[in-house]
Amino acid sequence: MMGSLLLREWQILRRAKGTVINPMAFLFLSATLFAIAAPALVTQQISQGAAAGILWTLVLLTQLLALDGMYRRDFDSGLLEQLLVTAQVPFVAVLSRIFMQWLSTGFIIVLSSPLLAILLGLSTEALPAMALALLLGTPALSLLGSIGASVTVGFNRGGVILALLVLPLFLPTLIFGADLVEAAQTGRAVTPQAYVLGLISLGALALAPFATLAGLKISLEMQ
Amino acid sequence: MLGALKRLWHKLGSPRWFFALTSFWVSLFGWAALLFLLVGVVWGLAFAPADYQQGNSFRIMYVHVPAAMLAQSLYIGMGVAGFIGLVWRMKLTDVFIAASLPLGMAVTALALFSGSVWGRPTWGSWWEWDGRTVSTLVLFFLYVGIYALREAIAEMQLRARASALLAMVGTVNIPIIKYSVEWWNTLHQPASFGLTQKPAMPSEMWLPLLVMVLGFYALAGCVVLTRMRAEILHREGSARWVGEWVAGRRGS
Repeated sequence: MMGSLLLREWQILRRAKGTVINPMAFLFLSATLFAIAAPALVTQQISQGAAAGILWTLVLLTQLLALDGMYRRDFDSGLLEQLLVTAQVPFVAVLSRIFMQWLSTGFIIVLSSPLLAILLGLSTEALPAMALALLLGTPALSLLGSIGASVTVGFNRGGVILALLVLPLFLPTLIFGADLVEAAQTGRAVTPQAYVLGLISLGALALAPFATLAGLKISLEMQ
Repeated sequence: MLGALKRLWHKLGSPRWFFALTSFWVSLFGWAALLFLLVGVVWGLAFAPADYQQGNSFRIMYVHVPAAMLAQSLYIGMGVAGFIGLVWRMKLTDVFIAASLPLGMAVTALALFSGSVWGRPTWGSWWEWDGRTVSTLVLFFLYVGIYALREAIAEMQLRARASALLAMVGTVNIPIIKYSVEWWNTLHQPASFGLTQKPAMPSEMWLPLLVMVLGFYALAGCVVLTRMRAEILHREGSARWVGEWVAGRRGS
């Protein structure tokens, strides 16, 4: 069942390329804005910590933007309800949706991290560490964000409330992700941060699908 | 014993019984709060010795520490209530969340404000990105999130379930946020001020603090119960016992 669900999500993704392209365009555009607004911040090598922080903040905001539409299409068409009723394990349906959401944002961000590093003036030696941080940290963003998206999917304008609900939950990922990138640039050890990021993602993997399921059920009754 | 507890649990599930039981507790908590707060304020502000480093400014502690403790306790209480409400479908848990949300926001704001006022003379600035400051600020945002969610959902039962879910998720996250922020702080800000390590206080200093903490909790008990009772009257407005209760009060 998982296979057919994933196949369906994959086909939707291929046909609606905007869900991948638009958030990425936002990410690169805002990175450009930062570089233009504060050239000293990103071009000089003195403020490596600031570049790491900007990178992670932008990743968070990009995720937030992508999360808003995470369940909307299926919710509006009524498919979500059918899926939760008919799926033998609704948990798996939710999980495959979250996985595809991560694949279409977090994973693409990991792939494009070299470009982002160049834009924000991060040193090239830190590139592997930066990709590692994004790879370990972005699943937590998709998983935790899915909880907020599931509760707010029924609202007409849920964007602001989604931000209020989800951004505080992103805080630990932001802290350890930004610190990992900064540590890699200044030559400190990165393993502790990597372990914690992985821990946060695994913890979110264990709990978030259930909370998402509860949130979706509430939203479906709201309809 | 177990049977009695079970009966009490079921009674607490009924708004009517809860209303009847709590009228005594409201006045008990109210008087206790008045007593503790009066004693604590006079003792702490007038009789406790001045700090050898901070002078008299440390006395803000007698408001700041209880407010910060209460801010966390109320949120965790909301999370526990949310769990009970989702599992056992108790009506009263949402009444509790509705009643403690504004108080929780107010004491979190009080903790932030008093901390800021305290920071001015001791740290030399109104705002420092200290670990505990940030986790309290995030706690405030968590409160605001639930508040915004409750505002956005009109239907009462769905609002109850959505905010219960959010309170639970937030409660699970509070320790994670707290520890990650502290870790971040200790790495980036080596203690340039000596306040994060509390000096061992003499008992003349911490006893009034204990009294103030008890006073704050008693006050919270009184306020939350009173608000819960008002909320029950509002929600059960069409029930017969409410009409009889109101008629009885008019008569007396």
